[in-house]
Amino acid sequence: MFTERSRKDHDGVKSMSQKKTMFEKIWDNHVIHSEEGKPSILYIDLHLVHEVTSPQAFEGLRMSGRKVRRPDLTFATMDHNVPTKDRFNIKDPISKQQVDTLTRNCQEFGVKLYDLNTIDQGVVHVMGPELGLTHPGKTIVCGDSHTSTHGAFGALAFGIGTSEVEHVLATQCLQQAKPKTMKVHFIGERPVGVTAKDMILGLIAKYGTDFATGYVIEYTGEAIRALSMEERMTICNMSIEGGARAGLIAPDETTFNYLRGREYAPKGEAFDRAVEQWKQLVSDEGATYDAVVELDISKLEPQVTWGTSPGMGTGITSSVPYPDQLPTENERKAAEKALAYMDLKPGTPMTEIPIDYVFIGSCTNGRIEDLRAAARVAKGYKVNPNVTAIVVPGSGRVKMQAEKEGLDKIFIEAGFEWRDAGCSMCLAMNPDVLQPGQRCASTSNRNFEGRQGRGGRTHLVSPEMAAAAAIVGKFTDVRKWKFHSEVTV
Amino acid sequence: MQPFTKLTGIVAPVDRVNVDTDAIIPKQFLKRIERSGFGQFLFYEWRFDEKGEPIPDFSLNQPRYQGASILISRANFGCGSSREHAPWAILDYGFRVVIAPSFADIFYNNCFKNGILPIKLSEEQVEELFQRTNAKEGYALTVDLESKIISDADGLTIAFDLDEHRRQFLLQGLDDIGLTLQHEDKIAAYEEKHKARLANSY
Repeated sequence: MFTERSRKDHDGVKSMSQKKTMFEKIWDNHVIHSEEGKPSILYIDLHLVHEVTSPQAFEGLRMSGRKVRRPDLTFATMDHNVPTKDRFNIKDPISKQQVDTLTRNCQEFGVKLYDLNTIDQGVVHVMGPELGLTHPGKTIVCGDSHTSTHGAFGALAFGIGTSEVEHVLATQCLQQAKPKTMKVHFIGERPVGVTAKDMILGLIAKYGTDFATGYVIEYTGEAIRALSMEERMTICNMSIEGGARAGLIAPDETTFNYLRGREYAPKGEAFDRAVEQWKQLVSDEGATYDAVVELDISKLEPQVTWGTSPGMGTGITSSVPYPDQLPTENERKAAEKALAYMDLKPGTPMTEIPIDYVFIGSCTNGRIEDLRAAARVAKGYKVNPNVTAIVVPGSGRVKMQAEKEGLDKIFIEAGFEWRDAGCSMCLAMNPDVLQPGQRCASTSNRNFEGRQGRGGRTHLVSPEMAAAAAIVGKFTDVRKWKFHSEVTV
Repeated sequence: MQPFTKLTGIVAPVDRVNVDTDAIIPKQFLKRIERSGFGQFLFYEWRFDEKGEPIPDFSLNQPRYQGASILISRANFGCGSSREHAPWAILDYGFRVVIAPSFADIFYNNCFKNGILPIKLSEEQVEELFQRTNAKEGYALTVDLESKIISDADGLTIAFDLDEHRRQFLLQGLDDIGLTLQHEDKIAAYEEKHKARLANSY
């Protein structure tokens, strides 16, 4: 499938003279202790916290009489349980308890919390970069697998479990075995109408949902360099859907320009000094990776998933596959189960699949550029009468910016519902839940069974494809879209 | 954490690839603020229909698998979110061992924090275990972490591999926060050296 080689010094630290990848530079810069045959102890520069994976960690601290070692490096928000309508009125008492518990824990342990009263509240992986907390070269963790998002800045960012959340709260460190390195190289130019979302969905469709298990990915290629910060975040966000805990993109002027002036970015001369340090992080010329994967995107189409795993996807001009034509027994069985759950017949063109629901939002595609792209498609059209379509900005700031640009009006006039910030229907822990049998075009990251609601059927797409599907009532090739007029921003 | 040394128990199969954490513990059950009580919701949407009635076809609902403490499944087990609620649910239900050809990283890691032993075997070995489990009611395995050997009553023995540090960790039921804090001097020295950077002044 891809080239792989063993390397003797894998668990060791390369000497100064050896050529290093960006991952190795960041790793080496954060190892505070290493011992043969044991995981390294890694210092963590930034710890993001949300309400779902933290209560048991704080409780653990209380039980053992420990404190949060570095509250100044710890930032919290509530996102998973937050309603996107009437947001202060959390009707589910257990949801409310979880949100209230985070508030109490942050007060007790002195952790900065961006709560529902602040404009910065939002999906934790939208909020962090917006605040300028995410810097190149940092180690960043959160009890959330999509922490990989922050790798877009050249930070080593990965999701951890609640025991590890407690570990970081108590020690600001983690015990980690050194992962292997993989270069994912995009070849060719990104075609018009094909988005960063399609690049990552295309990659996972080709190589599967576990091709990068045990690896940290570095994404390279001209097509990556050409992406905006927000597009890079979309790519790195879904590294975990390929099995990688982290995905990295080397920092460059795009990164520095994004960071300049943000609340937690260094200021004045400190920013210039930081940029000089950040430039050193780039992988050395000739540095080697444990594995290399390539994807030619010059002919990539807008992607749509058809199954219940993010790797079960194809181009918009394709059809639902025939399970019996798949190469292995396990794949055939998985595809049969997926198609039964999705209620799809093999051979059905993707453009003939009718939908009931559209969700635009999430840490994958809930940023301002995503909303602009969706609004551009929606402008001057009406949502199909058979479809309910909701737009959920990734954060309060994204919402404010969108409203400043008039995007909310475009969506509302077209018949989309304009909601408040949160994770929403990406995983449906709040009231935004699919009904059994409903089919959703979703800009989120996972199409697992029941993810958006029991019996709900999720198709992962880009914001442009989701908006177009909302209007047509089924999936359509957004490359042929007739834009009514440009959105002026 | 409860140490793990040796266990003999009934094997229950979940014959699917890519068993994800949403399937292991659906999100509507992630709202509890305790670590316990998740077992009742394990594989909830596969175990129970929309009315909350058990789905008889699903393995864990079949009488022959009641009391099972060893779970076998297919590749990429535990993919998806970082929710530790997944291993909590598995443990709370009564499983101490999960056997599969491969595991997602975060889930794998989370298992060790909770005294669950995840064992990676080859596709062929796992297939063999599925066949034996399906063929014989009450099929049981003995998992010995000291010797890293899995065996059954019919003479099957399979050696498995496990990182030595992780093995010791499980055998002794260690508190890894305590282990890290033994390096307090190094943590403090690191913080001093990187003071400017950590304060965003670089």
